[in-house]
Amino acid sequence: MQRMRFSLAIFAAAAALTLAGCGEEKKPEPVVSAPPAPPPPMVVKLGHVGPLTGSIAHLGKDNENGVRLAVDEANAKGLTLGGKKVKLELVAEDDQADPKVGTTVAQKLVDAKVVGVIGHLNSGVSIPASAIYNQAGIPMISGSSTNPQLTEQGFKNVFRVVGRDDQQGPAIASYLASQVKPKTVAVIDDATAYGEGLANEVEKTLKAAGVKVLPREKGTDKTADFKAILTKIKGKKPDAVFYGGMDATGGPLLKQGRELGLKAVFAFGDGACTEKMEELAGTAAEGLLCSQAGLPVQAANKKFLDAYKAKFKIDPILYAPFTYDAANLIIESMKKADSPDPAKYLPELAKISYEGASGKIEFDDKGDRKDAEMTIFTMKGGKIEPIAIIKSGKTIKFEDFIKAAETAAPAAAAPAAAAPEAAKAEPAKAAEPAKK
Amino acid sequence: MDIFLQQIINGLTLGSVYAIVALGYTMVYGIIQLINFAHGELVMIGAMVAFSVINALAGTHLPPVLIVLIGVLAAVPACMLVGYAMERIAYRPLRNAPRLAPLITAIGISIILQHVALLVWSRNPLAFPQIIPFVTFSVGGAIISGVQIAIILISVLMMGALTFMVYRTKLGIAMRATSQNPQVAGLMGIDIDRIISFTFIVGAALAAVAGVMVGTYYGIAHYGMGSLLGMKAFSAAVLGGIGNLAGAMLGGILLGIVEALGAGYIGDLTNNVFGSNYQDVFAFLVLIGVLVFRPSGLLGERVGDRA
Repeated sequence: MQRMRFSLAIFAAAAALTLAGCGEEKKPEPVVSAPPAPPPPMVVKLGHVGPLTGSIAHLGKDNENGVRLAVDEANAKGLTLGGKKVKLELVAEDDQADPKVGTTVAQKLVDAKVVGVIGHLNSGVSIPASAIYNQAGIPMISGSSTNPQLTEQGFKNVFRVVGRDDQQGPAIASYLASQVKPKTVAVIDDATAYGEGLANEVEKTLKAAGVKVLPREKGTDKTADFKAILTKIKGKKPDAVFYGGMDATGGPLLKQGRELGLKAVFAFGDGACTEKMEELAGTAAEGLLCSQAGLPVQAANKKFLDAYKAKFKIDPILYAPFTYDAANLIIESMKKADSPDPAKYLPELAKISYEGASGKIEFDDKGDRKDAEMTIFTMKGGKIEPIAIIKSGKTIKFEDFIKAAETAAPAAAAPAAAAPEAAKAEPAKAAEPAKK
Repeated sequence: MDIFLQQIINGLTLGSVYAIVALGYTMVYGIIQLINFAHGELVMIGAMVAFSVINALAGTHLPPVLIVLIGVLAAVPACMLVGYAMERIAYRPLRNAPRLAPLITAIGISIILQHVALLVWSRNPLAFPQIIPFVTFSVGGAIISGVQIAIILISVLMMGALTFMVYRTKLGIAMRATSQNPQVAGLMGIDIDRIISFTFIVGAALAAVAGVMVGTYYGIAHYGMGSLLGMKAFSAAVLGGIGNLAGAMLGGILLGIVEALGAGYIGDLTNNVFGSNYQDVFAFLVLIGVLVFRPSGLLGERVGDRA
């Protein structure tokens, strides 16, 4: 069979080229068209998965855009691996934020022979999917899954460039405990791996700080009516309400809470830490506290923000800087290993030190980002504004953090801004000034 | 006590919406024994159309109530058209097919409508402009908002109008005749096709109003919002006895109240072994319980299979 196909191919004018390509190394895909002039670039596929349909499809698209930007930039610049010109191809899939669909899509990507995956968005989907990538030996970097379990499975190929809920939860909870000083807090989650995981961490930290936590209430990631739950909570008179869930459900929750005359401070996790909250909850969103793993989108480097805006005509929403970095990390480690072979570049990825759009990235043994910052925001006049950065358990006011970053390392600021550019050309050099 | 009253108000509002949507399921089922799974999507389309209109007019200086009214007036014909087209294109050719065929078609239509909405209105949750001033009234310690009062009143009005139409007008007689025996009704000079189309159109109009109510109440519209709501309303129709108008209304309101009370009290009653995440379980347990003892629903009559 195989021989038949080859012998037939000889009659084609381009056959010589095609065969030469085959002989050198295992090629991922037969080349579709073989024009006579330059040898066709080797196609290397990168996968991105996130929900492109469903209630948080806007966040999924945002993630995909981040990856697309990185891929397009790398292609525009030209990439050569193992002496061959390489064209990166993005295979973008929709997991509908559904674990079942997520694993199917993961298998699909493995079958399509992608060399690396950026995703998934939701922790609940990332965790089951990671097992499939692990089996296939394909590196996976999530730009937004914060559930601790993801990197606790002992998989060597799983990374994330955001913080973990057990860092984020304590951050928002300790901010809440120290600044708002509530006596009683009600905790609600959306019964997803993300929401529940985050809510658990918040509850743990609050209890440790001596705050009374009411029995957990739960909605789902599709709930629109929280009135019954909120009415019950109102009867217990909490000083603060924490919700672990996404903005599409968090918005209505907040609005309904205020409609019922609930006076408590509302605090949300990163999934509901978007400007969409102002649209969804209106004036009720004012004063909302929320946290994001990592640094705020505004704090991502200017070059990334401008490039994103220029390409997609909109501003990045939430995790785009992280998925952008994740894609660049894979590209970067492929360059270092000089090979798109996952087995070869994986060790490089594990020990990489890279200055990305979201700051400096290094991984620990588990594949978590080292020393990830957490940011606390508040809704003020319809905009979410960073008010504090929490790093290694310490609360730093946002202005102080920015000031400190500016004064402490004026030299670092400049290379950081030009990081993606410089890092691609000479990764070692770019990383150095940042270390100071 | 005020908490209990508040939960009843919450449940009543939610239940009114369920009831209105359940009416659409029950009417269609009553007349052609089809569970129109795409009915929930009509609610979504109603909300989406109203969103577009209200959003466009939000900047003008028209009074808010008028803007919402214009939104309703735009959503109703749009949904009527979709409802009519649905019946004409998808269900009518299958009228004499085995019963599974139109059922599967209904599920297909539901998916198609969702994706059309996704293409037209994007995949983002759409925030309804908050134009209606937020007024609240205090009733015995519980808070009821203007929107809630409007939802309950409008629902009651629509239910009344529908009941009047079905039981007191010629068209209603024709509908009931068709539902009892289409062949004989046809022999009596009733245009069956017209009556069935009309039923779909009325159901769609109700769904459109429900869509606008849900949109303004929660302040959010989304292309996937119809399926869960539709499922609940369908359950409400079954609870009340599918095919029975009064049953749909009763079922809807009961389901709403059971859900609200379930979320509010399961935790306290079971000492937090079961939390509010069991509210849906609780609601469906009630449904199953009723169906075990009254398989044809609360108000449904035991009917033999039609010859």
